[in-house]
Amino acid sequence: MSTATATVPRGVTARGIDTRGNRRAKRRKRLGFVADHAVGIAVAVVFLAPFVFIVLQSFMTSQQALTGDLWPQSWHPGNYVEVFTKAPMWLYLRNTLLYATLATVFMLLSSIPAAYALSRLQWKGRNVAFVVVLMMMMLPPQVTQVPIYVMWTHLHLTGTLWPMILPNLLGDAFSIFLLRQFFLTIPQEYADAARVDGCSEWRVMTKVILPMAKPGIAATAMFMFFFCWNDFYGPILYTSENPDNWTISLGLASFRNLYQVQWNLTMAATILAMLPVLIVFFLAQKVFVEGITLTGVKG
Amino acid sequence: MTIAIETRSVGPTRPALRAKRRRQRLTVLAFLTPWLLGVAIFFVYPLIDTIYLSFTRYDLLSPPKWTGLTNYRFMFTKDPQVVQAAYNTLWLVAILVPARMLFGLAVATLVTRLKSGLGLFRTVFYLPALVPPVAGVLAFVFLFNPATGPVNQILGALGLPQPLWFNDPTLSKPSLVMLGLWGVGDLMIIFLASLLDVPKEQYEAAALDGVNPWQRFRYVTLPNISPVLMFAAITGVIAALQYFTEAVVAASVASGQATTGGGNSALLGYPEGSTLTYAQWLYVMGFKNYYLGYASALAVVMFVVSLGVTLILLRRARSLVYGAEGTR
Repeated sequence: MSTATATVPRGVTARGIDTRGNRRAKRRKRLGFVADHAVGIAVAVVFLAPFVFIVLQSFMTSQQALTGDLWPQSWHPGNYVEVFTKAPMWLYLRNTLLYATLATVFMLLSSIPAAYALSRLQWKGRNVAFVVVLMMMMLPPQVTQVPIYVMWTHLHLTGTLWPMILPNLLGDAFSIFLLRQFFLTIPQEYADAARVDGCSEWRVMTKVILPMAKPGIAATAMFMFFFCWNDFYGPILYTSENPDNWTISLGLASFRNLYQVQWNLTMAATILAMLPVLIVFFLAQKVFVEGITLTGVKG
Repeated sequence: MTIAIETRSVGPTRPALRAKRRRQRLTVLAFLTPWLLGVAIFFVYPLIDTIYLSFTRYDLLSPPKWTGLTNYRFMFTKDPQVVQAAYNTLWLVAILVPARMLFGLAVATLVTRLKSGLGLFRTVFYLPALVPPVAGVLAFVFLFNPATGPVNQILGALGLPQPLWFNDPTLSKPSLVMLGLWGVGDLMIIFLASLLDVPKEQYEAAALDGVNPWQRFRYVTLPNISPVLMFAAITGVIAALQYFTEAVVAASVASGQATTGGGNSALLGYPEGSTLTYAQWLYVMGFKNYYLGYASALAVVMFVVSLGVTLILLRRARSLVYGAEGTR
C-alpha cells in the first residue's frame, strides 16, 4: 500500500485510486475480522452447547426426561435437592474434600523442598535426579500398581482413601516438575543476597523464594486439588468395595444405574460435580492459565 | 573443583571449606529425603517387584509361585481379550492423540486471529477441559444417547440418520474421540502460549519474501512451536496408553449396568468389547480377579512401551535439563 502512494504522483486521480485501494483493503480487513469472529463464535457455540443441553435436562420433570424434548415444559430446581436424597452426596463430598485437601497439603510439604533442591541448589547428580523426576512423571501408574496395591493390603489400608493420600508425603513427580519450573524463573540474586547475610538454606527458601513463587505454588496446589477431585482410577481401585469411602467421581459414575435411571437427576448430579471446579477456575483464572502454560514448556 | 578452591585460597582455610561443603551436602540431603524415600518405595521397589511377579502366579492369599514365562505365553497366545484391549488402546493412540493435537492447534490458531474478545474465547474453549472426566462422560453419553439424546433429536429434525453412538461398537471409540476433542482446552492453552511466543520479526521477514499462508506456517510457525508439539505428543501418547476412566464409565453408563470397572465380564468394554482398554484389562485381571502375576506381566509390557516413548522425550528434553535458556 505505502509503496503505491510513494510512486504515484500526487494528484486528484492518484489520490482517488489510492482511496479506493485503501477502502478495499479496509473492507477486506473488516471482512477478515468478521469471518474470523464468525468462526470463533460458531466454535464457541459448539463448545458451550453440551453445558446448555445438560442444564436444560437437569431442570426437567421425570416424565419429560423420558421424552426427547430439549426445552423443559416447567422448571424443576427441586431435582438438585432430590439428588441429595437419592444418593449420599454429602458423604461423597466429605470423602472427596478429605482426599483432595490432605493430598494437596502433603504434596506441598514434601515436593517444595525437593523442587527447591532440584532448581536452586548446586550438587552432583542434580541432572540425573531431574531425569528420574521426568521418568516418574511419565510412568503410567498401572506399571507399578501391583506391588503398591499389595503393600497397602498388607497395611490393611485398601478400602480407605489413605493409599491415595499418604504417597504425597513422599513427593509427587508432576508437582515437583511444575514447582521446579516456577523456581527457575526467580532470579538468583535475591537468594545470594540472603545467603551473604548468613541465612540458612531453609530460611532462604521459606523467606525469600517461597513468597516470590506464590503464584506457582498456588497453581501447583490447584492442579493437585483438581486432580484428586477428578480422580477416578485411584478411588475405584482402592475403595470400590467400600461405598462409605466413595468419592464424588465414583458416586457419580454409579449414580445413573444405582440410584436413578432418568437423565434429569443424573444431569443435575453431573452439574453438581462440575460446579466447584468451574467456580474455583473463575475465581483464580489467571493463576491457572499461567500454570497450564508452564506444563507445556519447551522439551 | 580443587583448582577453584586453591585459587581462592585467600578465603577461608581448607578444613573450614570442607566443613562448609559437608554442610551443603547435608542440606541437599535434608531437602531431598522425603522424595528419595518416595523414589525407593513407589518407583524403584515396585518396578523391580513387578518384573519379578510377572514370572509368578500370585493371588494375594498364598505367596507368589514361580511359573517362568507362563504369564507371557498366555498373554501372547491364549488371551483374546488382551488382543482386543491392546488394539483399542493403540487405536486411541493413533487416532485420539493426533486428532486432539490438530484440533488444539486449529483452535489456538483461531484464537490468535480473534482481535477482540481473545480472553473470553480462550475461557470458553478451555472450560470443557476443566470438567471432571466422569462428569464429562456422563454428559456425552446423555447427549449422544440414541433414544432421547439432543444430538439425535437434532439429527432427526434435520432428516439425518440417527446413529447409536456409544451403543454401536463401530462408533463407541469415535464418540470417545469427540469427548476428547471437546476437552482440548489444555492443549489449546499450551499451543496458544507458544504461538504468541513466535518472534514477530520472523513473520515480517516472511511477509517481505511474499510467502503464502502454508509456507508461513511450515517455515516460520512450525519450527518455533515444534518443541511444544513434541512435548504434547509424547504426554498425549502416555495418557492414551493408560486410557481408563472415560472408557470404563462410558461402557457402564451406556450399557445401563452398575458395574464400576467390570465385575460383569459379559459387558466388559461394552458394546462388544469395543471400549475395553489395556489399562482396564490390567485392572480387571489384577484387582477384580486377583491374577496379580498376570497383571504384572501386562504391566511389564506397558512399561516397555511407555519407556520407549519416554526415552524419546528425554532425548528431546536436554534443553529442559541443562538450563532454561535451552540449546535445542
